[in-house]
Amino acid sequence: MTQTLKGLSRRALLQRATAASATFVVGTGFLAAPDAAWAIETTALKPETMATLVQMARDIYPHDQIGDEHYVTAVKGYDTTEAAEGIEAGIAKLNAAAQAAGHDSYLGMGWERDRVDVLRGMEDDPFFQQIRGGLVTGLYNNKAVWPIFGYEGESFSKGGYIDRGFNDINWI
Amino acid sequence: MSAPFDLNDDSVVVVIGTGAGGGVVASELAKKGVSVVALEAGGRHLPEDFVNDEWDSFGQLAWLDARTTSGDWRVAKDFSGLPAWIVKSVGGTTQHWAGASLRFQDHEWKALSTYGAVEGATLLDWPIDAAEMAPWYAKAEDKLQVTRTNGRPGLPGNNNYSVFEAGAKAMGYSDVHTGRMAIASDEGSDRITCQQTGFCFQGCKWGAKWSAGYHEIPEGEATGNLEVRPQAHVARILHNDAGKVTGVEYFDADGNLQMQKARLVCLAGNSFESPRLLLNSASSMFPNGLANSADHVGRHYMRHMTGSVYAVFDQPVKFWRGTTMAGIITDESRHDPSRGFVGGYEMETLALGLPFMAAFLDPGAWGREFTSALDQYENMAGMWLVGEDMPQATNRVTLNTDVQDQWGLPVPNVHFDDHPNDIAMRNHAYAQGQAIYDAVGATRTFPTPPYPSTHNLGTNRMSENPEDGVVNKWGQTHDIANLFISDGSQFTTGAAENPTLTIVALAIRQADHIAGEMAAGNL
Repeated sequence: MTQTLKGLSRRALLQRATAASATFVVGTGFLAAPDAAWAIETTALKPETMATLVQMARDIYPHDQIGDEHYVTAVKGYDTTEAAEGIEAGIAKLNAAAQAAGHDSYLGMGWERDRVDVLRGMEDDPFFQQIRGGLVTGLYNNKAVWPIFGYEGESFSKGGYIDRGFNDINWI
Repeated sequence: MSAPFDLNDDSVVVVIGTGAGGGVVASELAKKGVSVVALEAGGRHLPEDFVNDEWDSFGQLAWLDARTTSGDWRVAKDFSGLPAWIVKSVGGTTQHWAGASLRFQDHEWKALSTYGAVEGATLLDWPIDAAEMAPWYAKAEDKLQVTRTNGRPGLPGNNNYSVFEAGAKAMGYSDVHTGRMAIASDEGSDRITCQQTGFCFQGCKWGAKWSAGYHEIPEGEATGNLEVRPQAHVARILHNDAGKVTGVEYFDADGNLQMQKARLVCLAGNSFESPRLLLNSASSMFPNGLANSADHVGRHYMRHMTGSVYAVFDQPVKFWRGTTMAGIITDESRHDPSRGFVGGYEMETLALGLPFMAAFLDPGAWGREFTSALDQYENMAGMWLVGEDMPQATNRVTLNTDVQDQWGLPVPNVHFDDHPNDIAMRNHAYAQGQAIYDAVGATRTFPTPPYPSTHNLGTNRMSENPEDGVVNKWGQTHDIANLFISDGSQFTTGAAENPTLTIVALAIRQADHIAGEMAAGNL
């Protein structure tokens, strides 16, 4: 997703990594998919924080058919100096809750149900609501995900559906 | 083409707001030779400006000025600063509306007489009835080119309608069809007929749907008697020592305060802004606000009993294709207290795009229960439920002096608590809506809570007796002879039907009355 990291092979990416899990490869100032399908450089947030945020986003609105890159797109706007302090604090709180539940960290919890339990526990927290509320548009108003749901978006330029199946249902 | 009038010209009628009420009353007066200045808070957006994109369009058209909420309605929690989804534009909410154009049923003009007193409700009979309104409804239907009236054909049904109709018939409902819609269906129309594009809520880019913004207002402007001033936000209505309205103060597009003199004022800012303006116009002569001697301004706020039912099937529906509101079942709109509530409700198909479905299906919800529903978006069908809600004196628009808008004016606070009759009706409607989809094989159904209100009614209600309301049967305020209310805030009760056709019919009738009285020298 960024020019400097995009061309790297999986092998090269892993060589630059400081940590890797089944979900993410985390390096100094970057976060990437284990298969190097996408990578993002972080400037204000710690890469580990971004990784946790991406996992949190998926746990809030889990769609198994949607790749991590779209969740990254939905939350990468928080990687700013203005937002970073609040996000770091929120993720620290999330990790503290995970540790209180007997885990190393939020990302260290292997089962979605355990992570969701932690999220349920902080559902009324302004940080949770900030992330959830932002995802409503950050995730679902991304035109790149619309085809995954079958949604066709704009239709005026194609002449509407008068000749393109507005009444093509055949099973009712 | 459109006549510019001088700020000091006190012969003009000033119309505040250019939606279904104000746009029509302004244009109708202009066609009768009356000089009109229409002040519109929003800008001018024509079909070529509209966008087939839900959030972009929302940013373009929605009224987003600060408002606050209170009460037990879920909107106050989920959308606390957005009590209504209505429009700030020349043409008002007729830019956004779906187009459903239904007459009241005869008995709905006489809610108190028909239903009897309901505890906690401030029901009242309208001072007008079905016979009085019939000719005005006919004029409104022709103006809007309403389908299935006066020989115009119905629209073809889309996929969402096919599911809805099959479910309705399986349930034994008899009155189901593709609606009475202000969308051109007749090849002989001077408008482009419906192209089944979807995005009716985002403004019809074909101009197939009637809007005051691009149909009514230009007709009025063509007479040379109507000047529309967009981006003119009215701050106060002024009066003289005799208690007559003399003009209005407004902030122009550059933020400068202007004063337009007026012979008569028609107020049509919708059920939030109209009472707000009357309250913000308080003076030493009218300390409680204009037209408020009986303390009804802002009260009896109604928003219709609403809700939605969405359903998932095991095969695709693609319900976003075609007319957004593509059909109606009217069987439940009757008054039948055996169902456990007074009044009735309509069921009308509705579709949302993916972005709005995510926002509105179950606001605040998250996790797999929610996302597994959206995963089936392509296989969804949907309907909207709209019925008569009970007027209550405590459901009201007041001034929130703690919050000011961009002009430094107190914003409206909208307080709403559901009446037990509203809740009973909504629960009945949810059950029937879910049963309709279950009857044709739904695998999952969703009783979806009300959205921010689109039907906002009753805050300057019409009454026979001055002590019971704000305006008389002409929409003329009981207190001030040259101040009229021309929007849905004059509704005495809400009826089950989408209100626009009635607002338009009342506006045509009001313009006829005002022009006649002016010609006779009475106004």
